[in-house]
Amino acid sequence: MIRSLIGAIGLSVAATNALAADPLEIGIGYLRHAGVKSTLSLVEQPAGNDGVAGAQLAIEDNNTTGKFLSQHFTLTEVRLREGDDVVKAASTLAEHDGFIIADLPADELLKVADALRDRGSVLLDAGASDDRLREQDCRANVIHVAPTRSMLADALAQYLVWKQWKRWLLVVGSHDNDKLYADALRRAAGRFGAKIVQERTFEDTGGARRTDSGVTLIQRQIPVFTQQAPAYDVLVAADESEVFASYLPYRTWDPRPVAGSAGLIPTSWDAAHDQWGAIQIQNRFVKLNARHMTALDMQAWTAARMVGEAASRTGSSDPKTVFDFIKGKDFSVAAFKGQRLTLRDWNLQLRQPILLVDGRLVVSVSPQEGFLHQVSELDTLGVDRPETKCKLQ
Amino acid sequence: MRWSCLLSLSASWLAAASPASAFIAYVSNEKGNTISVIDTDNWTVTATIKVGQRPRGIEFTRDGKFVMVAVGDDDTIQLIDTKTRQVVDTLPSGPDPELFAQDAAGKILYVANENDNTVTVIDIEKRTRLGDIQVGVEPEGMTVSPDGKILINTSETTNMAHFIDTATRQVVANVLVDSRPRFAEYKHDGSELWVSSEIGGTVSIIDPVRRVVTGKVTFNVPGLRSEAIQPVGVGITRDDKTAFVALGPANRVAVVDATSHAVTKYLLVGQRVWHMAFTPDEKYLLVTNGVSNDVSVIDVAAQKVIKTIQVGELPWGVTISQ
Repeated sequence: MIRSLIGAIGLSVAATNALAADPLEIGIGYLRHAGVKSTLSLVEQPAGNDGVAGAQLAIEDNNTTGKFLSQHFTLTEVRLREGDDVVKAASTLAEHDGFIIADLPADELLKVADALRDRGSVLLDAGASDDRLREQDCRANVIHVAPTRSMLADALAQYLVWKQWKRWLLVVGSHDNDKLYADALRRAAGRFGAKIVQERTFEDTGGARRTDSGVTLIQRQIPVFTQQAPAYDVLVAADESEVFASYLPYRTWDPRPVAGSAGLIPTSWDAAHDQWGAIQIQNRFVKLNARHMTALDMQAWTAARMVGEAASRTGSSDPKTVFDFIKGKDFSVAAFKGQRLTLRDWNLQLRQPILLVDGRLVVSVSPQEGFLHQVSELDTLGVDRPETKCKLQ
Repeated sequence: MRWSCLLSLSASWLAAASPASAFIAYVSNEKGNTISVIDTDNWTVTATIKVGQRPRGIEFTRDGKFVMVAVGDDDTIQLIDTKTRQVVDTLPSGPDPELFAQDAAGKILYVANENDNTVTVIDIEKRTRLGDIQVGVEPEGMTVSPDGKILINTSETTNMAHFIDTATRQVVANVLVDSRPRFAEYKHDGSELWVSSEIGGTVSIIDPVRRVVTGKVTFNVPGLRSEAIQPVGVGITRDDKTAFVALGPANRVAVVDATSHAVTKYLLVGQRVWHMAFTPDEKYLLVTNGVSNDVSVIDVAAQKVIKTIQVGELPWGVTISQ
């Protein structure tokens, strides 16, 4: 029986230009730290409004829709400075905004989630990719829009295995985040049949990312660092801290491609992505911000659009109604990834295809063909329901 | 060489006294920046016309003298003279035109401009812009009601069908549908409006009078994950009894009982099937397959795919002479 009349959503607004009633106000907060991380490549240096610019575009998109439905969206951004109390800032935001997009480190996100739990505020995690936030440390009032490290690692691994580049030389940075990414890469190798032939650690010994004679030194260091490796097909780097990965391509001892934190990079978004109507949002973003759209911008856009989408479907500005709809089985959001994105109900992680990019173009999009799943092929990326440690409460 | 060979082929075929049933189909090739011209009598490509960047929406003018093609990356609509098969003029659309609809008289053209949330109104004969209508985010699907009074535009990110009064050019109603509405089509008797939602995976049936969704066509292809079912183009037979819905990367066209809204059959076509057009005698339906670079020919009565025709790179839209 194929025909079905689901819900018959009959929302129709007559004569939009004659709307008399005040529009429903829907406030979204945005919580982040001031300042941006320093990158090895100057062209990848994030803008001061990285992330929040995406949320602003989504607010504009929501309001274009909202004008037909008499809904109005606003964004309030709080930039935390050194020494600011994150819980206090979040509580102040929560007085007006039922939803807060968070670009915060894992520990701060948990603190805020626990502090806001009783007042019914919902956090949309746009910046933290830690798997533990969706596993043992999951929270019932946190939606994760950012992909996890394990989703990113699985997306990369599927492609490398499809390419038959199964022998990996894994190079890991010395910071905690690098090690977490390496954990995800090791797990991915095991799941998809790749073999890590050797692991090396690249110690961060400090030093500036910009110097006047940097190239000469790097050109000598990297070949030495990568020599005498067992036979391998691809060097996979885990360097979230931006210490060394971008130095690897073209400088390895053996002529091998680089993937992970440099070379072929798994990411939720890239300024070069133009399939599935993406060119339209890229154009809108550039018009609004006079710069390219980053992965963080897209994660924040998607977060604010999810709220907009649920508000338009429910015709409500009540955070609980909107949140319940997002968690429900009828929710999906379109985000220029070629298919609908839905939430994993066991940990509130957004399912999404992952782009594999080389800095100039999108090389591929995972999940790769042939990686099958009984529920959604998107669940071949990351920790799946049977393995989850999350108990939402 | 290939060119002259094709020309002589078509010339010799013309000389052989064509049967009256022969029609000409024009297919826009999104990546190839070309139009493939297909002869429906022997199902061959008889000419390839170079056009602007990223041709998508394509339609004959009502008098049959021109084919209009939206070339999105050139921000215009080009007019191809159907006699000389040359681009002879342009129409002043807004930025990134994709799909368009014309009124019954063939005088007014309504164009969805994906890039700036507007529908542009154009006088086809004078080639001038008569005005713009503000709609939702990423306008796409366009159709005019059989009585000519209402223009429908769908907006992909706003997820609505906008009802626009063609006399006043005001938006008079908005109906929410499922995610990424791409195409709108009325039944010929005007009793139903069908809107396909690519990401939502459904076709909404809208009552044009009450302007509410009264039902949905849903699809279920065994062995295929539901995310791959992405309805795009919709065609309804003139007797309003049967509808065909292109399902994108599901590589199938669904045959739908247009009365009960139940799917009766899935026809396997090429990869990523986009849009479609009937021959005027309604014997055949041509559908474009974006990824496999071909066009499938469906025998409408038999509900069978009878032929595949190789065309240019990433075929998108199709229109057939009357």
